[in-house]
Amino acid sequence: MSTAVYERIRNNPKFDELVAKRSRFAWTLTAVVLGIYFIFIMVVAFNPKLLATPIWEGGTASIAWPIGAGMILLFWLLTGLYIRRANSEFDDINAEIIKGAIE
Amino acid sequence: MNRGMLKFAAVALALSWMGLAIAAPDVGQAQKQGINIHAIVMFFIFVMATLGITYWAAKRTKTASDYYSAGGGITGTQNGLAIAGDYMSAATLLGLTSLTYFQGFDGYIYCICFYVGWPFIMFIMAERLRNLGKFTFADITSYRLDQRQVRTIAAIGSLTVVVFYLIAQMVGAGQLIKLLFGLDYWLAVVIVGVLMVVYVTFGGMIATTWVQIIKACLLLGGGTAVMLLAFSQFGFNFETLATQAVANSKKGLALMGPGSLLADPITAVSLSLGLMFGTAGLPHILMRFFTVPNAKEARKSVFVATLCVGFFFTVVALMGLAAITIVGTNPQYFEGGELGGKLIGGGNMPAMHLAHAVGGNLLLGFLSAVAFATILAVVAGLALAGASAISHDIYANVIMKGKATEADEVRVSKRSSLFLGVLAVLLGIAFEKQNVAFLVGLAFGVAASCNFPVLILSMYWKGLTTRGAIWGSIAGLVSAVLIVVLSKAVWVVVLGNKEPIFPYEQPAIFSMPIAFFMAWLGSVTDKSARAAKEIEAFEDQYVRAQTGFGAAGAAAH
Repeated sequence: MSTAVYERIRNNPKFDELVAKRSRFAWTLTAVVLGIYFIFIMVVAFNPKLLATPIWEGGTASIAWPIGAGMILLFWLLTGLYIRRANSEFDDINAEIIKGAIE
Repeated sequence: MNRGMLKFAAVALALSWMGLAIAAPDVGQAQKQGINIHAIVMFFIFVMATLGITYWAAKRTKTASDYYSAGGGITGTQNGLAIAGDYMSAATLLGLTSLTYFQGFDGYIYCICFYVGWPFIMFIMAERLRNLGKFTFADITSYRLDQRQVRTIAAIGSLTVVVFYLIAQMVGAGQLIKLLFGLDYWLAVVIVGVLMVVYVTFGGMIATTWVQIIKACLLLGGGTAVMLLAFSQFGFNFETLATQAVANSKKGLALMGPGSLLADPITAVSLSLGLMFGTAGLPHILMRFFTVPNAKEARKSVFVATLCVGFFFTVVALMGLAAITIVGTNPQYFEGGELGGKLIGGGNMPAMHLAHAVGGNLLLGFLSAVAFATILAVVAGLALAGASAISHDIYANVIMKGKATEADEVRVSKRSSLFLGVLAVLLGIAFEKQNVAFLVGLAFGVAASCNFPVLILSMYWKGLTTRGAIWGSIAGLVSAVLIVVLSKAVWVVVLGNKEPIFPYEQPAIFSMPIAFFMAWLGSVTDKSARAAKEIEAFEDQYVRAQTGFGAAGAAAH
């Protein structure tokens, strides 16, 4: 691939804008997922009793299960959130940058 | 092409004959165990369907790109199902159900650890993988570094993971099939080996992908059916399910919270690091990102895969919980009818017994066939990844320095898959009596410590040089393997020593930082002219990673 085209893309201010926006979004979502996940692992390691708390007063089923399922669901929804923005906003800017560079 | 088709027809014929020969004498045993005929018929249908697909795929596989990456023509949804298929092994179905059956919530913690790598792959890796890769992940690590050195070490990393994982799958397959179908262990291993080689050699990535897709649908469907039937016995009420499980388990209320499995924080964190970043370093998973046409479809693949994997893990956990009451209180599933004694067929059987309890022989047969199909699909994916590392990395780029013709490269790949098939069968038979649980841990440990650090650094860190990549990979590989060998799993359980030399079994928390540190050290101290050039070349790679301009396959339009 021609370095000249890459050079033109690189010099387009929109490229920096795209990279900055996308990186910020992706890393924020990553931080949310990893943060929640490692808090969970820390609770498992240091305070396992907390997770065994019953959901209902006097019940048996513990909050651990819905918390686990909730994490799985939330993380999946976050990937959906990422896709929604990436497929519209980011891909549009991207297409524009490439179009500008090869013309 | 014609000769290839003839060969293919001959093999297919031989196989179907083998299948019949196997089915025939087995009926006697099947009656004795009262389970096998359904399983064998359904498995036979699966094998015929997948061989049909392989035949169709063989006709469509013309170029190296078709062979390695299905020509980039798989859609995001299809690929997502196939990724999920690669990831959900028989060990997931049987092992995690069993873990929940015996340990309660600990089983679900494992599921979550296995799962959380996926969102990470989505946010940080999927697009860049697609934009930079072509056939193997070494295409990415060697993009601006020394082709020969970096590809060699990447191929070693890939093959190590593939071989460890293959042995584990082969031994699992042998034991499982012996149990479910009543076949001899060696015969089961040979059947798996032969089918795997047929899929990969004749059908390449197209056949492998469709085998994965079918298997993923069967596994999701079968698991969900068993879970729903079992859950209905509790009126779909989780509180009822939990109360009865607690009442019927030896562990009692301990089922409801984290237990002893992850009591020690270092093990807990190390395991989760290994599973999470190991997922992002498995060569057969990474390879799947090159089968879609662009970054958009790559994102969609991860979205679909994440949904399937997360859903399936939850199904598996519910199956385990339901099995405590449904299987655990039924004497017919225990040796000698003794409740709470040994489960018939061993500790991995709660899922199968549960299928029998809620759906009779038909559902048991179906789930058994699905488990067999699952193993086949996973080993096919592994074999293709291993064969690609040998042909595309070692042969085409290291030995032939990029001058091999496409036809030669594909031919080498097909021979490599045959070689890996033979190796897997021999090792599978050799390891029959060994406890191979550590092998999966080892595969993930090496993937997380040898493949992942260099892969992520090559995409994100400008300063990575060839020397850094080599140092990092070797340090990760050696430390991960050493830690596992010196830990209890190998040093005590396999080698029969009294005390482990290293107290922890999960290598990732130690070996990953070692790999990252050595990659950094090797790079910053590298003042050669080559290193300067490599650092400079990051700019172009960076633009391509971000925009996908110049990416393989995308250049066509």
